[in-house]
Amino acid sequence: MRELKITPIKNGTVIDHIGNGLALEVLRIIGVKDLDKDSTVSVALHVRSQKLGWKDIVKVENMELSPRKVNAIALLAPTATISIIRDFKVREKRVVDLPERIVGIVRCPNPSCITNQREPVESEFDVARRRPVVLRCSYCERLVDDFLLHLA
Amino acid sequence: MGLKGRDVISIRDLSRDEIEEVLRGTRRMIPYAEGTKVGDQLAGRLLMLAFLEPSTRTRLSFETAMLRLGGKVASITDPALSSVKKGESLHDTIRMLSAYGDAIVLRHPNEGAGRLAAQASEKPVINAGDGAGQHPTQTLLDLATMQEAFGTLSGLRVVLLGDLRYGRTVHSLAHALAVFGAELVLASPPSLQLPEDVREDLEHQGATIREVDQLHQAVREADVLYVTRIQRERFADEAEYAKVAGSYRVDSALLAGAKTRLIVMHPLPRTTEIAPEIDGSPHAAYFRQAFLGVPTRMALLSLILTGKAV
Repeated sequence: MRELKITPIKNGTVIDHIGNGLALEVLRIIGVKDLDKDSTVSVALHVRSQKLGWKDIVKVENMELSPRKVNAIALLAPTATISIIRDFKVREKRVVDLPERIVGIVRCPNPSCITNQREPVESEFDVARRRPVVLRCSYCERLVDDFLLHLA
Repeated sequence: MGLKGRDVISIRDLSRDEIEEVLRGTRRMIPYAEGTKVGDQLAGRLLMLAFLEPSTRTRLSFETAMLRLGGKVASITDPALSSVKKGESLHDTIRMLSAYGDAIVLRHPNEGAGRLAAQASEKPVINAGDGAGQHPTQTLLDLATMQEAFGTLSGLRVVLLGDLRYGRTVHSLAHALAVFGAELVLASPPSLQLPEDVREDLEHQGATIREVDQLHQAVREADVLYVTRIQRERFADEAEYAKVAGSYRVDSALLAGAKTRLIVMHPLPRTTEIAPEIDGSPHAAYFRQAFLGVPTRMALLSLILTGKAV
């Protein structure tokens, strides 16, 4: 396993097979600021991958991802695999799966959309197309393909 | 699934069967809309009209539809006089209206307001236009007009002329026509072309779409010429508006080579896109189209409030 240039972690999450250059976006979604202050976060950028050519990897100690964050990662990095590590062993492996509906992760880029007014409502998108991913705002129906620019 | 108790926020909310049910109901409602039959199908029902943005035609046709079928309406017609002005959220306004009436019709300046209202309301909500967004009853009455003229929607060749970029009601119409297997021909000034993503989305649903530069040629082959207004407010510069607005005009010369059965439609109000000389021609269908707004809304209200439209 040549990819293990980063030390193994005892407990936490490894997000592997992130598309090349997207690790920092994934970190944004994980919300590094909210982590336990003793957690180590390791990021490997531009790692050789048989499957993808090049990939990024993120390892976070002492954290297991909520389903909502897994959904968000699915949006950014549909090729990612998530391994939950407990006591140095992979206890659970998940392939991310883009859900039908994305709630609260992306803001609608339409300034006139009701979700951008002062209403008690979360942004919500349906997945209009999967490859490449195109989202449709569930409220104003605006199609969004550059959602990386509009993360909430 | 029937339409009783349903929200109608976007034309996408309705299946092909449901649209056909509304169109059948529309035909049955025509004598009631004309006043040759008197109806009481909606007696005892109260419709709440929340028009938080100016509208004449749409509001009047909903009111007319309700009153002609024996129902009643209560309305907010001037947001300046309501608590919306005091900063009340749409969510709360709708909660209140849904406690008062049997259904709500909403016109709002922001896109997506209809969907939000449907979530806030316990009663059915009909979107009567949210900003540049959806206006499903306009699409329904457009379809009703084409169906009345041709007896079918499938296989019709429909030229969409004008502002295809910002005119989102055209997008809803295009979606519905695609569902019914009509052929779409697009004619617009270069700066107002159908957005690429919308086009891809339509093609993804199996729509047949063609773009033309020669309007004359397109009109010769068309069954329907659907004209839209270019909205002045979309242009920062008056000169640019004038240039684009003057770039197409439907007049007798343009229609000279058209099929006898061609109909010209327009959601109205028009400015200069259609010459008044067309009004008297057998091609002109836009006033009939405006009239059909009433029976279409009668049918929809009846289906939503009672489950039938007879």
